[in-house]
Amino acid sequence: MNRIKKTFNKLNKENKKALGIFVTAGDPNFENSLKLITNLPDNGADFIEIGMPFSDPMADGPSIQLSSQRALRSGMNIKKCLSLIKIFREKNTHTPLILMGYYNPIYKFGKEKFIKKCIEFGVDALIIVDLPPEEDDEFYLEAEKNNLSMIRLVTPTTDEKRLKKILLNATGFVYYVSITGITGTQTPNIRNVQGNIRKIREVTDLPIVIGFGIRSPAQATLMSNVSDGIVIGSAVVDLIKKSIDNDGDSSNIELMTCLDFTREISQALKHN
Amino acid sequence: MTKMNLNSLKTGPDAYGKFGIHGGRFVAETLMPLILDVENAYEKAIKDQSFINELDTYRRDYIGRPSPLYFAERLTEHFGGAKIYLKRDELNHTGAHKINNVIGQILLAKNMGKNKIIAETGAGQHGVATATACALFGFECEVFMGAKDIERQKPNVQRMQLLGAKINPVTSGTGTLKDAMNDALRFWVSNANTHFYIIGTAAGPHPYPKMVRDFQSIIGEEAKKQILEKENKLPNALVACIGGGSNALGLFHPFLDDEEVEIFGVEAAGKGLNSNLHAASLTAGSPGVLHGNRTYLLQDDDGQIIDAHSISAGLDYPGIGPEHSWLHDIGRIKYLSTTDEQSLDAFKLCSSLEGIIPALEPAHALHITGKLASERKGQIIIMNMCGRGDKDLSAVLPLIMKNDS
Repeated sequence: MNRIKKTFNKLNKENKKALGIFVTAGDPNFENSLKLITNLPDNGADFIEIGMPFSDPMADGPSIQLSSQRALRSGMNIKKCLSLIKIFREKNTHTPLILMGYYNPIYKFGKEKFIKKCIEFGVDALIIVDLPPEEDDEFYLEAEKNNLSMIRLVTPTTDEKRLKKILLNATGFVYYVSITGITGTQTPNIRNVQGNIRKIREVTDLPIVIGFGIRSPAQATLMSNVSDGIVIGSAVVDLIKKSIDNDGDSSNIELMTCLDFTREISQALKHN
Repeated sequence: MTKMNLNSLKTGPDAYGKFGIHGGRFVAETLMPLILDVENAYEKAIKDQSFINELDTYRRDYIGRPSPLYFAERLTEHFGGAKIYLKRDELNHTGAHKINNVIGQILLAKNMGKNKIIAETGAGQHGVATATACALFGFECEVFMGAKDIERQKPNVQRMQLLGAKINPVTSGTGTLKDAMNDALRFWVSNANTHFYIIGTAAGPHPYPKMVRDFQSIIGEEAKKQILEKENKLPNALVACIGGGSNALGLFHPFLDDEEVEIFGVEAAGKGLNSNLHAASLTAGSPGVLHGNRTYLLQDDDGQIIDAHSISAGLDYPGIGPEHSWLHDIGRIKYLSTTDEQSLDAFKLCSSLEGIIPALEPAHALHITGKLASERKGQIIIMNMCGRGDKDLSAVLPLIMKNDS
């Protein structure tokens, strides 16, 4: 059984909700980023979304834009991102890793080569923001053929007819984008989210995870009540920025604040 | 991929919005339903006679079409070769070809019941055209413009403000056209249900490249008719400058199947193709995916987008419309380039010989037109004079004075 399924099954049995933490690979540099990712599972992250930085992140708000820029400045690229994952997997074989990014760096790297490396190094799923189902021939089919899950995004603008099309061959989990907007910029409305999650449940048995606008333990609890898990990203990378702004360089301090924050969210979810 | 009709080069894109491998719909799911809505509305509109009549009326009475096809006698004499004709799209209302597309899209927005408009702009011409059309229709208008471009295109910024548009300065990335487009797309994602995005060039996700091309093709349709009236034959060559490439496609598209007509697109070579400071995505780039389409891009080995450079804000874009990428791949159009300096020389030449101050963008095309003309005695060349240079004076005059002193 794959790691994603295992993780959600286990949490489901314990009646718990999954916490996913998003960080950008290489933010603020390779070493710190690796340390942060390595320590996330012990501090309550049930799965990790690793952002592959892109110069033009069209669906991201200022927090993740800046995070991507920091990572690119530190020299991060797909090759280094994959080696970061390889090192992580040497010690951790249970936490699902989801790579998230935009298509161009992957296209430039080479689709087949990328899929092969992902499987070899222990990536469980991909989220490629700018590949909607209309472009499935481009990448999705090839990845799924190789048992690499492609996580589908469902948004508030997705209508019911489209929903069926999106979820027809979906695997892994369904990522519900809780706001009509870019990452980290608005607060989701629980009533709207609840209604849309109900519609998704009618079409799929996959776990449903909510992300894009969750920033606090209270919101995390609220959103996890109507789903199988949540993802937090912008609030985490903001802590990295804050730490750098405070002491002018990328020391180890931000790791602690990020890990404390992760634990805080995790406790809110687990004790709910 | 559905097959394109091989007997014509004018039938693209296919049902998936592809021109060969280029084009497509590489956007986040939030935008996808909107883009499908725009496509449906557009396909319906162009089959609707009342939409076409309304468009024709605005073209004639508001934009001032048809624009003249002018025989540039003194430029012809100067280069001593082919006869040079200028398609005078700089005489359009608002001073550039951009309004052709904006009027088409704003009529579509009206049809779709959307009265809030957003646009990106580089040189400011598309922003001015959009602000103008929004004033005309009483629509709300927000324009995204790079902070760097706001500096170098002040007159257009002031015009947009006078016309009632809100300018959103873009500081993300490098603060130029590509970043303005990123921020416009981000805004659109966040305001998907209320706003219509008028993209200014023949790029972006399907159906924009097709739609913008169609609205601009009036340039080539008129030029074809006009040259047949004046010379009783088709031109030997067409020349136009290319940033995203909408003015060029507008002139070129109606001639694509006329094999005897050679076609030249002119990219911005900035400080030289070997300098890393240019905007020549076809000549020096490689295929990639940005802003909703696959096309030639300036990018590094890791697939990160490299900033473009051109003295002309309207050409300062690291991509190009997908149809151009395809026409480049199949070899129907030859793509050449002009440096900043060469464009300044052409800018001066055109002003002093013809009394036409060109925008810096068509000044790039004029440099190549001159080169081609001097080698082609007895031939006819049509160049698209797609914008006027008033907006560029504050940036250009200090450079010219410096060079002259």
